[in-house]
Amino acid sequence: MEEKFLSRHFSVDKAFNLDVFKEQGGYSVLTKAFSMDTDSIIAEMKKSNLRGRGGAGFPTGVKWGFMPRDSDVEKYLVINADEGEPGTFKDRYIMELDPHRLVEGCIITAWALGLRTGYIFVRGELQLAIRRLEQAIRQAYDANLLGKNIMGKGFDFDLYVHSSAGAYICGEETGLIEGLEGKPGQPRMKPPFPAVVGVFGKPTLVNNVETIASVPFIIERGGDFWAKLGIEKNGGPKLFGLSGHIRNPGVYEAPCGITVGELLERFGGGMLDGSELKAFIPGGSSCAVMTPDKLDAQMGYETLREAGSSMGTGCITFMDTTTCMVRLSARLAHFYHHESCGQCTPCREGTGWAYKVLNAIEAGRGRQEDLDLIMDVIENIEGNTICAHGDSLVIPVRSYIKTFPQEFQDHIDRKGCPFPVWQKRRKFAAADAAAE
Amino acid sequence: MSLQFSEKGEEKFQEIMGRYPNTMAALLPVLLLAQSEFGWVSVEVMDYLAERLELHPAKVLSTATFYTMVNKQPMGKCHVQVCTTLSCALRGGYELLDTLEERLGINTGETSSDGNYSLSEVECLASCGTAPMFQVSYSDGEIEYFEDLGETGRLDAVLSELNAKLATLPDPRKMHDERRN
Repeated sequence: MEEKFLSRHFSVDKAFNLDVFKEQGGYSVLTKAFSMDTDSIIAEMKKSNLRGRGGAGFPTGVKWGFMPRDSDVEKYLVINADEGEPGTFKDRYIMELDPHRLVEGCIITAWALGLRTGYIFVRGELQLAIRRLEQAIRQAYDANLLGKNIMGKGFDFDLYVHSSAGAYICGEETGLIEGLEGKPGQPRMKPPFPAVVGVFGKPTLVNNVETIASVPFIIERGGDFWAKLGIEKNGGPKLFGLSGHIRNPGVYEAPCGITVGELLERFGGGMLDGSELKAFIPGGSSCAVMTPDKLDAQMGYETLREAGSSMGTGCITFMDTTTCMVRLSARLAHFYHHESCGQCTPCREGTGWAYKVLNAIEAGRGRQEDLDLIMDVIENIEGNTICAHGDSLVIPVRSYIKTFPQEFQDHIDRKGCPFPVWQKRRKFAAADAAAE
Repeated sequence: MSLQFSEKGEEKFQEIMGRYPNTMAALLPVLLLAQSEFGWVSVEVMDYLAERLELHPAKVLSTATFYTMVNKQPMGKCHVQVCTTLSCALRGGYELLDTLEERLGINTGETSSDGNYSLSEVECLASCGTAPMFQVSYSDGEIEYFEDLGETGRLDAVLSELNAKLATLPDPRKMHDERRN
């Protein structure tokens, strides 16, 4: 049995309370952290090979290194807890079951980089997570772990929970900064990067929940230790969320580098009875779809890229042979259209047209030329927008068409969908047809 | 007769203001607070917040209309929001939506005439491992997740729970009037 880190407290009763968290050894790492300086903490973070867990996989230590140090200007810590990438549900577990771990990580990060104020930007729907975090923060203030002169070290740090109100685009780090400033979450042009001009015009470090929750372990056990738990360039264990047509959906901790097949069999319990695996998405809806011959792909940024997809958030969705790829791509296009912030024309219009064309094919109204049309539409989105939201539709849609071309062709030839219904879905398609 | 936060609401308002270096940043949490106080976010509510936060009303309108959790019209006491995005679509989210239309007697996007229930289809709620599921936003501002609704009998139990809760919830259509001074 491997030692657990991020999921260590998931089965401990009331670990979200300070006394239980402390009994388990929580916050003891602060003494060590406060004896280290900025350089040595960043050095450990770099050695750990921890990659940002929000999906982009940027090396965390390097990101920390971008923050200005020798200046008196106010700097902010912002935790991206706007978890909403379809198929992704891991950060929620940390916030609901082990909120003090995140608070502990925030304190160490703030100490290391001289940050005086932090905001945890939580999606508004996750009210249980918000409550648990607010309680954890209150308890930490009462125990002098937050606020003025923390543990007598002359270090002040304030931490707040900021509730968002339902906009997927705020998961994009500059969209999140706009949201935190009270504006519509429309992403900013980069550069300047948040480390230079972030929230309230000040240098800002934006990191994902799981990333910051890993920090206490790296400081406690050392960067080398963390790096050895994973594979090359992908340090540590991480949380993998498994969902779809499998026996035991849920969040499981495993080392980076574990194969998709092992996750499915050892943790997910295999496919549902009578279900046969057709395809899977390795890290949220914006990743290219993969087929069962890629089950031996290792969960890592480079390894999954070589296998033709991407690691994303590491939350895998498994689909069985009853799943229609045309309908699924149409459903995802609907998602990206609905969540487009609307400031860039290629994304705002392109995602909507992609949905309309894919939905027409699914509903049996597809024409032969639609296959070229859809490629034309999505290729005009790609690379032409401020943020990656539009590209996050292009990558999966192109992969569905390229991986399952016969399915798209069959829909057009047979003027309909040969797969079992998703109930309601069909009614919508019929209603759309009537409206046109 | 203008709108005003309740005493408890005012306390919360002051607490929120203390978290940020400017009033604009407080807007989003204050909009959610206002929704729990006044039932929904009307133009009248937006104007009140603009005044309280010393912001131009257009700024308030711009933010209020961008975020889906801010209701620009009164919803039911229980706003049932069914996820149908990815894993939920695979595990019966649409079937659940269909069943709810029958059980609540309303179509998706509608509110029942007694003001008790609204039903919506929404995008991913980060509950993929416990699909199918829905979220209920109550008129008092609380939110609850109901997960693993594919299990036999689970939906019946949840609907009875919601029905029992209705009497304790304020009617969003009347909440503006209750908060006028």
